[in-house]
This record gives sequence, C-alpha cells and structure tokens, in this order.
Amino acid sequence: MDTIFAQATASGRAGVSIIRLSGPQAFDITSNFCKVPPVGKPALRSVIDLDGGLIDRALLLCFGEGASFTGEKVVEFHVHGGLATVSKLLAELGKSNGCRMAKPGEFTRRALENGNLDLNQVEALSDLIDAETEMQRKQAMLVLGGQFSKKGKVWKENLLRGAALLEASIDFSDDEIPANLHLEVRRLIEATEISITSVLERSTIAFKIRDGFTVAIVGRPNVGKSTLLNSIAGRDVAITSHIAGTTRDVIEVRVDLDGLPVTFMDTAGLRDTNDDIESLGISMAYKKSKIADIKVFLVSDEKEKLLIAKKPSDIIVLNKADTRKSSGFSVSGKTGEGVSYLLNQIGKKLSQETMVDVAAIRERQFEGLTAANECLKKTKTFLDQDPLPYELASQELYFASTQLDFVFGKIDIESVLDEIFSSFCLGK
Amino acid sequence: MKHFDVIVVGGGHAGSEAIHAACRYGLNAALVTLDKSKIGSMSCNPAIGGLGKGHLVREIDALDGIMGKAADVSGIQFRLLNRSKGPAVQGPRTQSDRQLYLKAIQKLLAKEKLTTIEGEVSGLLSKGGCVDGVTLFDGTEVYSRTVILTAGTFMRGVIHIGDQRVSAGRMGENAAKHLSGQMESLGAGFGRLKTGTPPRLNGNTINWDVLEVQPADDDPVMLSFLSQSPSVRQVSCGITHTNQNTHDIIQENLSKSAMYSGHIVGVGPRYCPSIEDKVTRFPDKKSHQIFLEPEGLKTNHIYPNGISTSLPETLQHQYVRSIVGLERVEVLQPGYAIEYDFMNPIGLSGDLETDLLGGLFLAGQINGTTGYEEAAAQGLVAAIGVAKKIKGVPEVKFDRSSSYIGVMIDDLTSRGASEPYRMFTSRAEFRLKLRADNADQRLTEQGWLSGCVSENRYKAFSEKFENLTACKRVLSDMSVSPNEARLAGIELGLDGRRRNGHELLAIPGVSVENIAELEPLLANWPKQIKKQAACEALYVTYIDRQRRDIEALAKDLGVEIPKNFNYSLVSGLSSEMISKLSLARPTSLGAAKNIEGVTPAALTAILLALKSAELKKVI
Repeated sequence: MDTIFAQATASGRAGVSIIRLSGPQAFDITSNFCKVPPVGKPALRSVIDLDGGLIDRALLLCFGEGASFTGEKVVEFHVHGGLATVSKLLAELGKSNGCRMAKPGEFTRRALENGNLDLNQVEALSDLIDAETEMQRKQAMLVLGGQFSKKGKVWKENLLRGAALLEASIDFSDDEIPANLHLEVRRLIEATEISITSVLERSTIAFKIRDGFTVAIVGRPNVGKSTLLNSIAGRDVAITSHIAGTTRDVIEVRVDLDGLPVTFMDTAGLRDTNDDIESLGISMAYKKSKIADIKVFLVSDEKEKLLIAKKPSDIIVLNKADTRKSSGFSVSGKTGEGVSYLLNQIGKKLSQETMVDVAAIRERQFEGLTAANECLKKTKTFLDQDPLPYELASQELYFASTQLDFVFGKIDIESVLDEIFSSFCLGK
Repeated sequence: MKHFDVIVVGGGHAGSEAIHAACRYGLNAALVTLDKSKIGSMSCNPAIGGLGKGHLVREIDALDGIMGKAADVSGIQFRLLNRSKGPAVQGPRTQSDRQLYLKAIQKLLAKEKLTTIEGEVSGLLSKGGCVDGVTLFDGTEVYSRTVILTAGTFMRGVIHIGDQRVSAGRMGENAAKHLSGQMESLGAGFGRLKTGTPPRLNGNTINWDVLEVQPADDDPVMLSFLSQSPSVRQVSCGITHTNQNTHDIIQENLSKSAMYSGHIVGVGPRYCPSIEDKVTRFPDKKSHQIFLEPEGLKTNHIYPNGISTSLPETLQHQYVRSIVGLERVEVLQPGYAIEYDFMNPIGLSGDLETDLLGGLFLAGQINGTTGYEEAAAQGLVAAIGVAKKIKGVPEVKFDRSSSYIGVMIDDLTSRGASEPYRMFTSRAEFRLKLRADNADQRLTEQGWLSGCVSENRYKAFSEKFENLTACKRVLSDMSVSPNEARLAGIELGLDGRRRNGHELLAIPGVSVENIAELEPLLANWPKQIKKQAACEALYVTYIDRQRRDIEALAKDLGVEIPKNFNYSLVSGLSSEMISKLSLARPTSLGAAKNIEGVTPAALTAILLALKSAELKKVI
C-alpha cells in the first residue's frame, strides 16, 4: 500500500494550509523531514528538506493506525499557507520512496476501504463538505432524506418488470406468452427514461448551485453595459468611455446573489464592424451569451430589435435611467438607480429555476444515470424494430440495470424470475 | 475385491454421463444401479433440449458427452425454439422416442469398458475422512477412490397420488432408503423437493381429428455437433386446451390433491407447475395449453405436457376427459407428485465434490436441480473432477463467462437451491457469447487437452475451426463502399466509409447471401460455416463490450476468498450478510457479488479484510 499525500485545505493563499500524509510509511517519511511528534500530541517542528534547507516551521499532528480519518497512520503538516511553501513541501514529499500524490477522493476511499466509513457515510460526508449555501444544504438533505433513493426504487422496479417481460418472451416462447409484451416494456422504458432525464436536467441546476450561474449583459455598443457591470461589481473592472466598441473582451465579475454564486459577464456591443479585434469580441459575446443562464438585454428603446434570441428567463431593461423620465424598468450604472432592483429580479429568476427537487448531485450518480439513459434509448430503438431483436434489447436493458446498480445497488436475476413467475402461468 | 477409481451411483442422466466421461478418461469405473434395464430412462417428459437446456446439451456434446448423440438418434420431432429470434437465444430441442433414447444410451455405454453392478447402495465406506467405496444393501462392499452420487429422486422418494403415498424412486421402482441417514450422520443437511408428472394417455383413444397439430421443423437442427440429420421418422404433436369445466373439477377437488392437502412439504418448481397450481394461482386464465406428445414411434403412449397433477386417480380421469379431443381417453398411468431428498449444493466445490467426505461427488437432482440436461451436465462436471483428482488431468474451466455449465455450477455452489433449479438463458449474463452454435468453440479444445474428447471429434472440430477462421479472414479482408453495398441490396448511408464483411453482417437484416454477392470467394465455404461467421458478426460489438466487463470482473472479482474466511471479523457487514456469506462460502469476490443482497459496499469491506489478512500473512 502506497503512502499518499495531498493538500487537505483549499488551494490558494491562506493563513494556514494543511498537508495530509496517510499510509503505512507516514511516520517514516515524516522522520526524513523532522522529528516525528508522539501520536495525538501536536508539536511545532522545523521541517527541513533533503538538502538541509528549512522549508517552514510547522505544526505537526500525528494519528495512529485505526485512529485517523483514513484508518491508516496519518501525519498532518499545518504550514504557513503561502503557495510556494505548500508546493515546496508537496514536491519534497513526492521525492520520498513509496510516497505519491493522492488521487482525488483517495483519502475518503481509503476510509471506506478500511471500514472507517461506509458508502452512504462517505456520500453524506461529501454532501456536508460541499454544502456552502442554504440551497446546497437543502439539496443534500433531499438525497440524505431518501428522496433520491425512492426514485431509484421506482426506476429499478420498472426495469425489473421490463426485463422480466423480455426474458419471459425469450425463455418461455414455447409457452402461452402474450405476443405484445414488448409494448408494455416500451412504456416502462419510456417512463423511466423521462423520469431519469428530468432528474438529470435538475442535476445540471444542482451542479450550478455548486459551481455558479452566469449572467451575460448584452446590447448594442455604448448602451452602458460596462458601466452597469462596474456598478454591480462595486468597483471599476471594465474600461468605460463614450466611444462605441470600447469593450472587446468578455469581462467577468463574480458576486453572491441570495446565496447563489453568480458570474456577470460584460460583452462587446453588438454591431457590424470592420475592426478585426472588435469582431472577435463580438463573436465571443454571441458565444458567451448563448451559454449564459440569464441574458440581460440593455436597450435604449423598449421597441428595439434584439440581436440575440430571447429566452423566457432573460431580462430586458432600459439603459441610462438617470437621463430618462419613463416609467419602464430602467437602470443606471452611473447612479446605481435600478441596479439593486435588477439584481433582485435576477436573484428571483435563479431561485425559481433552482426550486430544490430531487437531483443527482454526485458525479457518480450523474454518470450512472446518464449511461443508464443511453442504454434505455438504445433499448427503445431495438423495441421498435421488426423483427424485434429480443436478445439485444434485453442486453441493453441489462446494461442499463447495471448502471443503475452502480448508483443504487443490485437487481438480482432471481427477482427477475420472481416477476416472471408471478405474472405468467408458465410451464407445460 | 477390485478397487475402482470411481463408482457412479445411479444410472439416470447424470449417472450415464458421468460413467461415460469417466471411461473416456480411461478411469477404472463401476456403475451401481437398481435396475440395469432402466439405465438412460426418461422419467418424465420425453424431450431433450430447449431454451437454456439445448445450450447445456451442446456444451456436453462439445466435451464428447452422450446426451446429444442419444437425443439425435432417438429424435422424433426436432424443433429449434426461438427460431425467429437471434441465434444467441435459439435452443435446439427434440421429442425423443423413450425406448430409442434408452437403447441409444445403453449402446453407447456398452462400447466402453465399465463394470455394471445391480443393487441398492445402502452406505458409503470411508477411510481417514475420504470415501473408500460403497456398501450394497446385500452387504457387499465395493471399493473405490471416489464416488459420484447421482441419486435423482430416489433418496427417500415418496410418490403421492391423492391421499395415497408410496415409497418409490419412480413409478414402479424402489426408492433408495438407507443412504440419506448415513449422509445425515456425516453432517449433510437435507431438504425436500417435489416434482410432478402428468397422467399418460392411450393415443389410440384420442380424437386427433379435432386437434391442432404442431409439426417438426422442415429444416431440423440436431443436438450434437456430429449429427447430420434425424435417424427416424418425424411426428407431430397435438395441441389442446383445458376449459372452464376442467378448472371447476380441479377447484372443487383441490383438497383431495396431495399437494393441497398438506401431505407434501417439498418445494416444487415454479416453471413446471401442476394443473392444480395453474388453476389456483391464475384464476383469471380461462384455459391452459396442453401439448400431446407421442412417447415414441411404436407406442400408443402419449405424454400430455402441461397437466401434471397429484389428484386421486378417478379425478384425473374425470378432468382429463373434460378436455377437447380427450373425451374418451384412456389413462394408462396416473400422474403423480414425487418428493425426494436433496442436499443444498451451497459450498460444494466447483467440481461438485462435497466436504462431507473427500472424494464424494454429487450430481443431478440430489443437488436440487431439475431436468435431464442439468443433471447430465453435472454428471460430466463431477467426472472431470474425479479425473483431475485421480489422474491430475488438465482442468476444463467452467465459469460464468464461458459456459452455461459454468453458470449453473456457480449458481448452485454459491447460491444454492431453494426450489428445483432449472436453466434459463436469462441466467447467463454473457448470453450473447454463450450460444448453442459455438459451444464447441468454447469447450472442445479444452476437453481435448483434458482428455475427455475423442480424436474423431477433435478432428471434426479442428476442421470446422480452420474453415471458420479462413472464412472470417475473407470477411475481414473485404472493403466495401456504401455505393457497392447498395448495389448488393444493403441499405447504407453514403458516409464514404468502407466496411469489411463483419461490419456489414452486423447491420440488422444483412445476410450472408447479400455479402456473397460482393465477395465471390465466399462461395468456397459451406453454408454452416458462413452462418457461423454471421452469428459472430451480429454480436461482435456487444461481445467486445462484455469482454471488457469480463475483464473488469476478473480483475476486481477474481480475488479468491479462502474457505475458512471468517466473515464475522469483517467490520461493516450486517449480521444478515455475515450469515448469508458464511453459509454460501463463495470462493471468490465475484461469487460473493452474485449472492442476493450483497452490496458493493459489503464487497469493498470483504476485499479490504482479505487484503489486510494477506498483508498480515506476509508480514
């Protein structure tokens, strides 16, 4: 068993960063750098590299076998959180024999393998770690509360029934089996596929809750997009001028909106131009606004023709509120008038979209469900063929079940047989 | 007294296959049976093969067993089941003439050097924890290094007809009464199973004119790879149905049925229910189909497939005569239920050796299976196990990814049997690869190396294999543009991609005939070979995907679990899981995975415990 190490705290500058070393040789390797403190007793040590240079004065914490998170011998180095310090220590550890950088999740995996945590605990733990906002916490609780498993149970029952019907058509074709069983299979598969799809779609949102939403500010040149962005950011991040076409690149600002992480993007004004660099900026603007969750169309006239298709979630807002007397929804980046109302609207729209419901919030679940859905689609294609390739449809359905097993636990052939025998009178 | 290498106890399908295989290995073998003239009897349905079962017969045949050959010689109605579905789920089957089948088996056995002893085995001899032979009821002792016990339904067999109970192994044949007790004293845990058989009818008294018929296939598919065509005349079956009147008679008299009166404790097979079960469990079904199958060419005996029963004889007459075409039928032998001892096969070795006594192998219904094919396959496995033990011959590897036999052995030894176990194609997760058509490609080479395959068969197989390889090379060498393919009637999108023959054959609806238009060289190969190549092309993408599954399985799940592994020391296992695993004693992590209710998390826990145990051993 290798001894593994990695930074346990977030990467980046920090007051203190923790590097965790876990495995049978954790203490031996540590002894190359400093005297190993007694188990359970924190101690300050000068950590010296292999050439005799001082890396840092660090707090060391040793855990004995069976008494650590992973269940193995663990040493934690609490070092000063400078990027250079951390990477120096990581590099030095990497030079030690039998020691390597941990793969993502490997500490937790070892905890699982050593029986310190079971799979559900691992997931619950991970949810807990991931939850930063109220939304994230709620979402995790749905999974923890078993809502996700309930859906899984229905899907598995559907596939079980589908498999039983197909297998009955194959293994008991000599018996009195109705000829149209595949129609019921098709209905079951389709219902499952739709249900999985909707969970997967919500997962996209779930990932967004974790990773952040994007809002693109779009409009014609010189309508005040950059001024608006600066106002939202509360500082000057974009150059503003009265010259049309000032913004060429996409400028991003990340803000916290009602607990949701949102990135605002200022884009180049949309117009025909002969300027090569500006047109690059404009095509970038089109690209970014396409993937944005919400577009804010900043317009100077309510009847203005929009240059990008508007989705229901998008917002149209009049510019330069400080210069107009109209009653319409307008903002001014310059005075800040209407900006908080705009942010409010965006926040509302996003929280509507993020109505917390069952979603696959874990990569493992997402991948498993996506793969299962692929198999279900293929099964459906086979079910529509004439003559029906039963064995291939059944094989795809089996692959789909295996994928669901991966997420929820095993469907057993005996349960398929149980279903067959409780549904049909078989046996000559 | 002579000391045999192996004594096979029982001359049914497991026993015949076991003794013949033992002889092929050149073992000094003896067969002990209650009645020599009954060797190779079909106790129930006069048919061999079917879905899953036909696959087993082909695998037995690929290892040069006798079941397929005997079935072909005696076959009177060959039908390929699932003909309209893909080749992976097609199962060859035949009705056999009961007498011809038995004769064929006895003739095949007569060619071998073996000793046949008539008598009831009343006990096992043992020496130092190992089997040392058997004692016969008359006190004779017969010595041997190994014993294969294939007792079928004879161990404490009891026949039930209504409220009548008779000790018997088959109708009119004595049960073996004494062995169970001794095995129990060795620590065997017996359970009771039940099976049933329908009344036999006099065909001369059936009104065939009003009945639907099911003829044999025009293009018969044989059970053995070595057979070319049927040996005897082909006949049709009649088809009739039960009706409301039949169901009423049964409903009203349920309490008189042995099964419903509480006389039977044994568990019956769900896929072979009695007519009482059918009527009770599916009250909404207004009629049930019955196949009237001739038991032979020269007999008037008809086997009405679908109405096994344990009602009293008079009621059997009554309900049978309520059926269309059977109004005046004469019942020649009543239907009955039979209860017998079986030993839960969980924990048997992969060779079907018990841990009660070294050298004691169990095969067939005693292991909780049902069906001739399942029994014969186990007889073969046990004989190979004996040859390994005595002569150290190379093993024939039976595993889930390469044979139905492997699926069955793994199911039996790691899951056990809670009802009579029957093979289905759905039990095989690698079904697309484990086809009846390629059983020889999967097993014959191994059988040859192990020593149970004759030179004759091996030659025939090698020739086929070379032909197939060459034919597949021609297909690989083809390079056809979509335009060219279209000229041969193959609809392809004009994607500009050139395809080889295998890729074209993988397209639904494309046949070898289509391909032959594009490649004149293909005319050189026999139809069978081309068909075989087409079968393989059809599934190639799936088999590739499954091969990756198999590799992953082997890698993750090939880890062996020692026999004495203590599950209660594994942290994170529920007590239910611990008792399940301790009972099943899976030999590998893969086998553990197949046990119902074993979760990935539990597997991880076991794997880890194993690894740390290993580590400690090393340190």
